Amino acid sequence: MAYTISNRAKPVDRKPMTFAEKLYLPAIAKGLTITLGHIFKKKATINYPEVQREFSSTFRGLHILNRDEEGRERCTACGLCALSCPAEAITMEAAERTKDEEHLYREEKYAASYEINMLRCIFCGLCEEACPKDAIYLTQTFAPANYDRKGFIYKKEDLLIPQKN
Amino acid sequence: MLILSVSLSFIIQKLILIACIFGGSLGVALYSTWAERKVAAVMQDRRGPNRAGPFGLFQPLADGVKMFMKEEIIPMFSSKFLFILGPCLSMIVALMTSAVVPWGPDMKFRDGSSVPLQVADVNVGILFIFGVLSVGVYGIMLGSWASNNKYSLLSGLRAASQAISYELALGISIIAMVMMTGSLSLREIVDQQTGLNWNVFKQPIAFLIFLVCSFAELNRAPFDLAECESELIGGFHTEYSSMKLGFYLFSEYISMFVTSAIISTLFFGGYHLPGLDSLAPHMPGWAFSLLGVGVLLGKSICFILFFMFIRWTIPRFRYDQLMNLGWKSLIPLALVNMLITGAVILLKSH
Amino acid sequence: MDLYQLAFWILAILTLSFAIGVIMSRNPINSILFLILTFFSISGNYVLMNAQFLAIVNIIVYAGAIMVLFLFVVMLMNLNSDTEPQKNFLIQFAAVISGGALLLILVATLKSTITGLEVSQIDYKQQSNIGLIKELGNTLFTKFVFPFEIASVLFLSAMVGAVVLGKRDQELNVITD
Repeated sequence: MAYTISNRAKPVDRKPMTFAEKLYLPAIAKGLTITLGHIFKKKATINYPEVQREFSSTFRGLHILNRDEEGRERCTACGLCALSCPAEAITMEAAERTKDEEHLYREEKYAASYEINMLRCIFCGLCEEACPKDAIYLTQTFAPANYDRKGFIYKKEDLLIPQKN
Repeated sequence: MLILSVSLSFIIQKLILIACIFGGSLGVALYSTWAERKVAAVMQDRRGPNRAGPFGLFQPLADGVKMFMKEEIIPMFSSKFLFILGPCLSMIVALMTSAVVPWGPDMKFRDGSSVPLQVADVNVGILFIFGVLSVGVYGIMLGSWASNNKYSLLSGLRAASQAISYELALGISIIAMVMMTGSLSLREIVDQQTGLNWNVFKQPIAFLIFLVCSFAELNRAPFDLAECESELIGGFHTEYSSMKLGFYLFSEYISMFVTSAIISTLFFGGYHLPGLDSLAPHMPGWAFSLLGVGVLLGKSICFILFFMFIRWTIPRFRYDQLMNLGWKSLIPLALVNMLITGAVILLKSH
Repeated sequence: MDLYQLAFWILAILTLSFAIGVIMSRNPINSILFLILTFFSISGNYVLMNAQFLAIVNIIVYAGAIMVLFLFVVMLMNLNSDTEPQKNFLIQFAAVISGGALLLILVATLKSTITGLEVSQIDYKQQSNIGLIKELGNTLFTKFVFPFEIASVLFLSAMVGAVVLGKRDQELNVITD
């Protein structure tokens, strides 16, 4: 008895074909019934731009940078998201908030620039989990196609939720 | 000396007929490419081309424009003349077979004149088809040799040996049928099959062999060893681009259409359908004739669809399996079929 | 000059020029292609003589099958003009002698068949139907049945011989393995 990985494994049958098999015709008829049967099956594809599939509730897509209730940026540029990122897709520069910027940034330190390279990102969601300020979230959309690589490096302006008013 | 006794009206009449047949074949072939993609899609639970026009019906035009716009590449160190001759020859041969097919009953006009819907009723019609078929392989062979590419050359050799092997079985299977009909003229063969008196019921084995061999002669799956992309890249059209590639691909669809028409003519009664003849007195002659053309077209389209179903169902044969099937199964079967047919005819006549 | 003669002259000139092309071209592939064209124009001549069956069979057998095999072999051998072996003087001499003898025979035959007959006197309209398939079949299976059967036996033995040669090669391979 040959060694088998599971009891479902079947040894390859190398017996010469029987006469009925050599006729090929029964096998062809069988194959045709299968393929012709598929004509009446439901299509597996959809007309994409007109019809779109729903995402699953746990889908992780493009990132956004969140604002608080008063519309101030939550991000404090602590760098934990960049640290947790396995793909090293996030870079940022921190800056200190001045007196007249208090209505713009919630914390004393904020991200002067914040970039995510969507070509590197693997959408694992670890940045979302690492963020202590609830500033970064993954949404249910995905990055649209672009003509050059530059277009896939999302700046802070691309990531921030637009101001509510 | 029928061929050389010509008058001007005869020439014009034939020229119009030839133009119609060429146009018709090209049109059917054009939409065969669309149908092939649709059939493939439907069998694989996909949708197929549906963007260009309603149901993607303008897709073949878009494909054609794409082909014309592509860059034309002629490999260095190859014979340029033969390289261009290859696809042209394929195209010519594909269109030439349609000359002997009777496309419909004679068109009778009110003044008593009648126009046959067949370009040439040669008395060796079936043999003419064989002649053209046997020349058909030159297009592939020359193209593949002129490409100066190992894969192309291998594919050309495959195509040639496959064509020669299957031509034998094809010929022998037809001999059995010709023994029964007693004529080589396609027009006479069609007119023997009125009603449901179709040859397929009298010679089912010959039909089967003919069908299998026509797959091989057309280089279509499961016998498309010549363009086997998994081992020969693209086979004979590896080096071809632009409309020369288009000619190769397109000639395959044209010959598929003409072969379907020939199978319908030889085995399925051509333009005859049971009960159709009773309609003849009730309508003008030209309308009845067009109805016949429609019947033949319908039968041919059924066969084209069958060719496509088979292509998307059965995996490609291995080369040794192909040769075994041809030489060890089909040829003996065809010989036995011929022998039995001959014996039956002999016994009946005594 | 009527239409038949015109067709005959065109076909004859084509046939001869293609045939000359066969021996004049340096590339063996071109030679074979010229030979195929020659077969086609010969078939045209057959049609002119009301022998459609012969014409078609000529195309099927010679142009369609045998020349494909020729082309096949030449393509595999990849012959070029620079791989052409040097012919020595003796072979050239023998070739001239045999070619001359063939020419002599041809001229003699032509002379004995059409002595005093101008080409314009050959009447294509007065046709025999021997080239049509019914006539041909009848003649082959009645008058010439013995040579016909002998020829088929010859073909059979040739086929058996080919199989034997192929088999022996295989056995030799097995032994050397």
